Amino acid sequence: METAVSPTHLPQAPSRPRPQPIPSLQIPELDQCVHCGLCLTQCPTYRVTHLETESPRGRIHLVRAAADGRIAPTERFAEHLYLCLMCRACETACPSGVKYGRIAEAAREVLGPPGSPFSRAVAGLAFRRLFPRLDRMRTLMKLLRFYQRSGLRAVTRLLPRRLREMEALLPPVPDRFFAPEAEVLPAIGPRRARVAFLSGCVMPLLFGEINEATIRVLRRNGCDVLIPKDQGCCAALNVHNGEMVAAKAMARRNIDTFLAAGVDAVIVNAAGCGATMKEYGHLLANDPVYAEKAQRFSQLVKDASEFLVDLGLTGPLGPVRMTVTYQDPCHLAHGQRVRVQPRNLLAAIPGLTLVEMEASDRCCGSAGIYNITHPEMSQTLLDEKMASIARTKANAVVAPNPGCMLQIRSGAQRTATGVTVYHLMDLLDRAYQAGEAGS
Amino acid sequence: MELMDRDRGPGTGERKAAWPVLTSLVIELRRIAGGAHVLVAPEDVIVYEQDGSILQAMPEIVVLPGSIDEVRAIVRAARAAGVPIVPRGSGTGLAGGAVPAGGGVVISLARLNRVGEVDLRGRTAIVEPGVINLDVTKGIAPQGYFYAPDPSSQAACSVGGNLANNSGGPHTLAYGVTTNHTLGVEVVLHDGNPLWLGGHVPDGPGYDLCGVFVGSEGTLGIVVQGIVRLMRARESVRTLLAVFDRMDDATRVVVDITGAGIVPAALEMMDQTTIEAVERGAPAGFPRDAEAVLLVEVEGVREYTERALREIDAICRRGAVRDVRIAQTEAERQALWKGRKGAFGSLGTLAPNYYVMDGVVPRSRLPETMRRVAEIGRAFGVRIANVFHAGDGNLHPNILFDMRVPGALDRVIEAGAAILRACVDAGGSLTGEHGIGLEKREYMSWVFTEADLGAMARIRRAFDPTAGFNPGKVFPSPPACGEARRAPAKIPAGLWV
Repeated sequence: METAVSPTHLPQAPSRPRPQPIPSLQIPELDQCVHCGLCLTQCPTYRVTHLETESPRGRIHLVRAAADGRIAPTERFAEHLYLCLMCRACETACPSGVKYGRIAEAAREVLGPPGSPFSRAVAGLAFRRLFPRLDRMRTLMKLLRFYQRSGLRAVTRLLPRRLREMEALLPPVPDRFFAPEAEVLPAIGPRRARVAFLSGCVMPLLFGEINEATIRVLRRNGCDVLIPKDQGCCAALNVHNGEMVAAKAMARRNIDTFLAAGVDAVIVNAAGCGATMKEYGHLLANDPVYAEKAQRFSQLVKDASEFLVDLGLTGPLGPVRMTVTYQDPCHLAHGQRVRVQPRNLLAAIPGLTLVEMEASDRCCGSAGIYNITHPEMSQTLLDEKMASIARTKANAVVAPNPGCMLQIRSGAQRTATGVTVYHLMDLLDRAYQAGEAGS
Repeated sequence: MELMDRDRGPGTGERKAAWPVLTSLVIELRRIAGGAHVLVAPEDVIVYEQDGSILQAMPEIVVLPGSIDEVRAIVRAARAAGVPIVPRGSGTGLAGGAVPAGGGVVISLARLNRVGEVDLRGRTAIVEPGVINLDVTKGIAPQGYFYAPDPSSQAACSVGGNLANNSGGPHTLAYGVTTNHTLGVEVVLHDGNPLWLGGHVPDGPGYDLCGVFVGSEGTLGIVVQGIVRLMRARESVRTLLAVFDRMDDATRVVVDITGAGIVPAALEMMDQTTIEAVERGAPAGFPRDAEAVLLVEVEGVREYTERALREIDAICRRGAVRDVRIAQTEAERQALWKGRKGAFGSLGTLAPNYYVMDGVVPRSRLPETMRRVAEIGRAFGVRIANVFHAGDGNLHPNILFDMRVPGALDRVIEAGAAILRACVDAGGSLTGEHGIGLEKREYMSWVFTEADLGAMARIRRAFDPTAGFNPGKVFPSPPACGEARRAPAKIPAGLWV
């Protein structure tokens, strides 16, 4: 970060062109921040840097200044906005209910994707050409699987350090992808609800078994489960990284697909997707055709834990003997305000002990593609997280979100703590299996 | 030294340091603190133009020292360059104390955040200025201790900022303000030399210079370490919410409670407008149709708290209370306090800006003063949200407004001045805990004579002969200044608001 002293860095330098106001940043959410600062200490990046620019209040101040044309949206400005994890812990801390996520998303839309021109191009390609097409995701994962099993990995030693680190972050691709046997899977026992299931983009490829477990748990709770074929990725990564065009198209497609299914709820088992889909109403607020439909759709979206607690668990749960700690995924705790429900479900499993870790709702550093774009900050936060996990002496972590699971798994691998990582639905499914075996 | 030698107000233009001076200072500061900790780009320093108040002024340079030695070197370098120094903690202050009114170097102490030796037997801890207030308590709570000063912003504000402003909080009523919990401070003076004032033992001989430093709002030097008192957690803490249909009844009950010889740990009031804001922002379950609620906390041995609760309940009932709710669990108690502590921030749900007053009146004058505040609100056509430490007569009328409406700010500042005037006329004072800062310096002459202010200025010069620490704060600016053309209540020229 050591920068040469350049006169142009000094505010008095006369040569700087006067920045222009940016009307698209003049959003009402800005007016709600009264600069009290209560968000500072809840912000992971402020806690690490102690810089006001890396705090929610500071970033809001920057966006407001750019909106008013007092500063220009320069590279430096973009760095501050993109060092943010979008964990939205500040929204939980804010006494005024400022929707920081919306402010940051608006700013990122102005800035476009993060990083160097090359990584921007790669990201842009992924956001517009890859995520909207699940068949391409599938092909890519097959290639990755082939690569991981062939001797090709040895070649990575020749890669530059940065690429080598990125390669190391890639999770092993499982043998089998998620492939439901039918588009509608019937309830087991008396029918209590009819739900649709978002299978996701990464979940079916890397965590197919968790999707299967989630569906089994839903069926055991009397749900007919629809898995619409025409569904796509939720567009969370697009929205968080300033790509709104493809994002809106992806949202419209999901809205059409799921509303046509005529269900009581749309169930999501990935926190990031759930938070994004609950905000389709906001994303499409200015779309004359979709605004109302988006609102209606967002009302239907439920995290699996939220839905199951509302419905009330049925059926015999058998013992799962382990001591776990629970990591609140940011987009579940802060994004959706779902905190109690997952804990209630864990408490319902016989034989399972929950030991709370310190700051369970602090980001683990995964944050979508953040661990790739900002490896250092991501690692710092992960180290802190692994230390809190270790202090609980639990042998497993429950984190109902794929990003957190991958991140904490990589942390466990690196620190060799032997901690295993589960999705909540995974453990519930095991409890049902144990219940079945016992009866 | 010429640049800051004259104690001028901000915004006069002459105070701004010359560009070549700043450039060489930046090079020097980067050598001292490292490039990453010296900020000069507009996109970096602009966020340091404001604190928790509505005032803004841009610094030229922001530096974040990581050690006491760095603070010393930075002070030396900035003073040699003749550039004003503005210390900053978490930037949660409400009077513009950390706003660099005349530009200069902002020294953020956020990285100096280590808790040093904690002596539970002696009940003291050594803390650096950037330590977050609540973190002091968090570290010792498992052993049954706490740090008493508890400003509403305690989850974010720094101990250094608390020392500078002699901050209080809801529990000030029973435990006193920051100065009552500070045994000693190590400070860096204008020449960069460190000095210990006070120490582990209370009431040392000689002048109480630690007491002089606490509350000096960064005008005497920079606190780099403090020895603070720790307190033993009480056996029993009980909290009660009393709901009133009329503000007048609520204020009379406050007088009755303290008049009955009960000293609650906290005795807080929130009016209907504040309740509305809290319930909109982060709901705490306060009744929206009540004109006022009192939050009363008692602490001590169980026998005492039970009796005190009964007595308070009886006083409330004699005083036409609508409803009394006693928190039955710790979770219920925390929920009530979360609503109270978030009250300031939640005002953003009602208006884009608020201007908070910090007047103090003798408790017995509370009922009439609150009536007067309401009258002033009506007279100036402004909406006022009251949330305050009723027990010690420390008012916080928050005037709600929208800065973008032409003329709104002027009207708000005039209304604020009228409220403070009313407090002073009732035998009270300008500030209970937020400090004078930039905001209220023009009102100092309402409570102090020329001779009083002269004595204070001489003390300042004894510590800092050229008044280069946080210039433009606390003291009224001399009449020769540019902004004196405007009414004293107005925001000084050259400040963004």
